[in-house]
Amino acid sequence: MAEKMKLEIVTPYKKVVDTEIEEVTATGKLGEFGVLPGHAPFLTSLKIGELVFKNNGVTEHMSLNWGYFEVCDDKIIVLVETAETASEIDIERAKAAQGRAEEALKKLTSEDKQFKVYEAALERAIIRMQVAGKAVRK
Amino acid sequence: MASLKSIKKRIVSVKNTRQITKAMKMVSAAKLRRAQENVVAARPYAKKLGEVMQSLATNLEGDLHPLLEKRDAKKLLLIVITSDRGLCGGFNTNLCKAGDRYIKEKMNSYEQVSVLTVGRKGYEFLKSRYTVYKNFANVLAKPSYQTAAMLAQEVIDGFVAGEYDQVELLYNSFRTVMSQDITFQQLLPVEPEVTGASDETPVEYIYEPSVGELLAEILPKNIEVQIFKAMLETVAGEHGARMTAMDSASKNANEMIGKLTLQYNRARQAAITTELMEIISGSESIKG
Repeated sequence: MAEKMKLEIVTPYKKVVDTEIEEVTATGKLGEFGVLPGHAPFLTSLKIGELVFKNNGVTEHMSLNWGYFEVCDDKIIVLVETAETASEIDIERAKAAQGRAEEALKKLTSEDKQFKVYEAALERAIIRMQVAGKAVRK
Repeated sequence: MASLKSIKKRIVSVKNTRQITKAMKMVSAAKLRRAQENVVAARPYAKKLGEVMQSLATNLEGDLHPLLEKRDAKKLLLIVITSDRGLCGGFNTNLCKAGDRYIKEKMNSYEQVSVLTVGRKGYEFLKSRYTVYKNFANVLAKPSYQTAAMLAQEVIDGFVAGEYDQVELLYNSFRTVMSQDITFQQLLPVEPEVTGASDETPVEYIYEPSVGELLAEILPKNIEVQIFKAMLETVAGEHGARMTAMDSASKNANEMIGKLTLQYNRARQAAITTELMEIISGSESIKG
């Protein structure tokens, strides 16, 4: 039997996930990485991206905003600003957000203060749609 | 003695007031519950973030992050968080007074004390006394993390640019429904708590990217979270305070209605007695 890890995903608003899992994959600042039970203590920051965890053969996709990922004694703590499961994502809203962000980016140059804000918004929207798409296919 | 009619009028008006205070109490009770849930929900995040920061700070070598830098504290920024609306007892007043005293005290040792307020009540109180250089109003009705992040960014920018050397937060922390504690909290520079030497066996972490880089990201986040937490606690405290205030107002109204009703009945009785006396003496005189 495969060993299990405990996964907790916490946002400032609530604890989104608190469950046992077998495997998790997330997008770190330096690239995607996976964690299996027995991993050494590990701390990294996450990018806007996707987090996938598996438990009993069920795969769950989530879209995460900026955050932290900590592994310690087979306990994983993820601190993020927002976290949504694939089924929670509002595709229409994400599309609208993407449209808005693209519009805004066209008008701005990379020197503007707002540029980064919209860039991040665009990234978030794209990831959301990606993750949501996976929920439909399942 | 006041006339019957005027007493009756007062009873009606007190009853109306009671109706309002009762309703406000109920509304606050409902809102309080939600606000309390928010506070509880935000706690794990704040706690975990603090823990991560601790473990990072203890492992930090080399250059200090600008937000950790301690300078000669000359310019102080005080962030006062109050509610937007009144009718919640001494909730805002006490906080503002405490802030006022604090600022006066600090004026002696600091060159400059600036004030930034969140919430209308604090702004109105402090603007007449000091120059409030910025106010955020109407953000507490629905406290959002974005607002806290925006505020944090502003504070961090100011700190890094040297506009102020020390930032403190003043707010009502939520203890119980009945009581809120006036809390001063230092935001900047960040002072990592010195945990005792008897620390549990330090875990060797793999850091990716480096400790310094991680810390550079987590420090501003921590400030956001602290502000966010303070905002949530203020909201919960506000509703708690309003609930208590409205409860005692309703009680007072009940008492007043009781007193007035007694007065009204007495007055009525007196009027009846006088009328009877008149009738009796009238009939007596006819007989006679």
